Amino acid sequence: MERKFDEELTNLKEKLMQMATLAEESIALAVRSLKERNQDHAQQVFKIEETLNVLDIEIDNLGMRLFALRQPMASDLRLITSSMRIAVELERIGDLAVNIAERSLELLKQPPLKPLIDIPRMAEIAQQMVKDAIDAFVNKNDKLAKSVCERDDEVDDLNDQIFRELLTYMMQDPKTIEKGVELILVGRHLERIADHATNIGEDVIYFVKGKTIKHHCA
Amino acid sequence: MSSKAKIETKNLDFYYGSNKALKNITMVAPKNKVTALIGPSGCGKSTFIRTLNRMNDVIPGTRVEGQVIIDGVNINSQHIDVVELRRKVGMVFQKPNPFPKSIFDNIAYGLRINGMKDKRKIEEIVEKSLREAALWDEVKDRLRDNAFSLSGGQQQRLCIARSLAVDPEVILYDEPCSAIDPIATAKIEDLIQKQKEKYTVVIVTHNMQQAARVSDFTAFMMLGELIEYGETPRLFTNPANKLTEDYITGRFG
Amino acid sequence: MKKKKIIEFLGFFSLRICLYLVLAVLLLFVYDIGSKGAGAVNWEFLSQAPRRGMTEGGIFPAIVGTFLVTIVTAILAVPLGMFAAIYLNEYAKQTRLTRLIRLSIRNLSGVPSIVYGLFGVILFVNILKFGTSILSAGLTLGLLTLPWTITASEEALKTIPNSYREGALALGASKWQAIRTNVLPYAMPGMLTGTVLGLARAAGETAPIMFTGAAFYLPFLPQSLSDQFMALPYHLYVMATQHHAISQVRPIAYGTALVLLLLILLMNLSVVIIRYRMRRVKRE
Repeated sequence: MERKFDEELTNLKEKLMQMATLAEESIALAVRSLKERNQDHAQQVFKIEETLNVLDIEIDNLGMRLFALRQPMASDLRLITSSMRIAVELERIGDLAVNIAERSLELLKQPPLKPLIDIPRMAEIAQQMVKDAIDAFVNKNDKLAKSVCERDDEVDDLNDQIFRELLTYMMQDPKTIEKGVELILVGRHLERIADHATNIGEDVIYFVKGKTIKHHCA
Repeated sequence: MSSKAKIETKNLDFYYGSNKALKNITMVAPKNKVTALIGPSGCGKSTFIRTLNRMNDVIPGTRVEGQVIIDGVNINSQHIDVVELRRKVGMVFQKPNPFPKSIFDNIAYGLRINGMKDKRKIEEIVEKSLREAALWDEVKDRLRDNAFSLSGGQQQRLCIARSLAVDPEVILYDEPCSAIDPIATAKIEDLIQKQKEKYTVVIVTHNMQQAARVSDFTAFMMLGELIEYGETPRLFTNPANKLTEDYITGRFG
Repeated sequence: MKKKKIIEFLGFFSLRICLYLVLAVLLLFVYDIGSKGAGAVNWEFLSQAPRRGMTEGGIFPAIVGTFLVTIVTAILAVPLGMFAAIYLNEYAKQTRLTRLIRLSIRNLSGVPSIVYGLFGVILFVNILKFGTSILSAGLTLGLLTLPWTITASEEALKTIPNSYREGALALGASKWQAIRTNVLPYAMPGMLTGTVLGLARAAGETAPIMFTGAAFYLPFLPQSLSDQFMALPYHLYVMATQHHAISQVRPIAYGTALVLLLLILLMNLSVVIIRYRMRRVKRE
């Protein structure tokens, strides 16, 4: 039986998907701006973040409205709560992408330190994690959501690797410290993005299965 | 959660003539808790609750099979004093049914029927019951007025007080608020919540939000069968059965 | 729109005409009897026995006789009728048999009173050897009234909502307790009304008492139940048709008719009063 309520829930989901797409895009653009040393990409990231903020507030309001007017139960209830939580995570991801873009603009002012391999690799994984987490949400695929959580370790390892490598550079040549630190921060931001993607995965598992596995995924 | 079962049914079948209205119901109403029964119209929840105090006996052509166990005793056996059972297991009906007597006499009725003659004691119990039903303050100055001069919500609370007066152990509510306005409903829901300290409550309701607000355990019935039973918070956030999920989210009936 | 209004007006108008017709007949009737009978009715008429071949005197013995036989009728019909109604409505299983019984009871109330009279002669006078007496006549009238009482009482019981019964049972009342304390008190006005109306009808019947105990003239008042008696309806019948000097005794006949009418009126009035008083008590 189609309910008017279903229309509203679909609306909610669509907004969330919109946010996710934008979040993924901003991660990609931020890292590309870094890799290609392109200022315009960075500027775009800033613009996307504004849209993400608006969408976050819209989703929040929509959720509250649905609670008050529809008294949702069971899976509807979990859908709405999860959507609101995921929106928060996506908004943070947007903020982190902005941070990366800012680092990129700083690094543009100087010649590059080294060719970037691991950082783009991290970004790719993080981006895929976000994409998969949202897919899992849309398709109610708790296995996919679990796999997102499991990839977090990979990202953490890469981050450690980057840290040690840059540390080596910085110890050898103190003039590279400024650039090194910026890059370490980028790594850090990407690691946080992956964490947020993991949180989204946990929220999806709660939504689909009604069981909470917060804070202890893998 | 190791509450003793106050009421337990085992493989309960119920027939209206040849029509099997209840099919193999096995469930528990734990002591000093509120158990709610929800389900679409005609699912058998009213029939079920009436087996708990054998009110269905007054309907000709009905048959019960299986056990209804209260405090360890099967009430369907021959040796049970049905009259005493009904004092112990009280019932509040869907439509408030005050007797055409004064407010005082309504409440005293159950006491007098059971042989109480001491006027002072009757007055005491009438006041106590009206207080327990949160009605005393509203009627204390007009106990001799006819019960029909009360509003619908007050009448229902009168019926609740009437049941409480005979000192039951279980109170059965058969859709008690369906004919009552929302504010009166809220008062009655409050009452029910408080009652579980002293009594075991079973409530049939077609209003899911009410079941969610008021009960500790919920049973979902459909077409005479028990589909799911569990702790209320769990059943309403994560039901195990798809039928339950569809019903409580309004996807059917 | 206009057409609807016209039709409605015509409809209500014709209904009103019917009402007026009925009222007119009633008034005519009462006037006829009243005007012709009022002259004969005085205290002497009511308190003295007839003299000189019924051409003079009063109808006191007939009043007494009617009174006595109605009491016997009441003793048979009232408790039996009420309890039968209670059983049928509250206890009996609703099977084809009970439906048949109910149908038969309804039909019995339509049986012509002369048939009851005949039955009474056979059963009470001959077989049971009560002879022509107040007892036989009273029992015969009782049988006549019984279907009436049962039907009226059943209808009264049916108007009591089931919620009263269920409510009482749910508080731990036994079935009889529930009926006695929570159904009967409220059905009683209706039951009594129907019963008294039935008795009023019985008091005015001629055929059932003609062969079972009523006599045209008795020198003494009845001393016991096995005595014959005089009765108002029978007295009227004789005065109006059998007397050797009909035209002479006509005023007495009209007087008797008036007294009978007044008696019936009194009984019906008492019903109204009973109902009113019972309702008033309940309201408090």
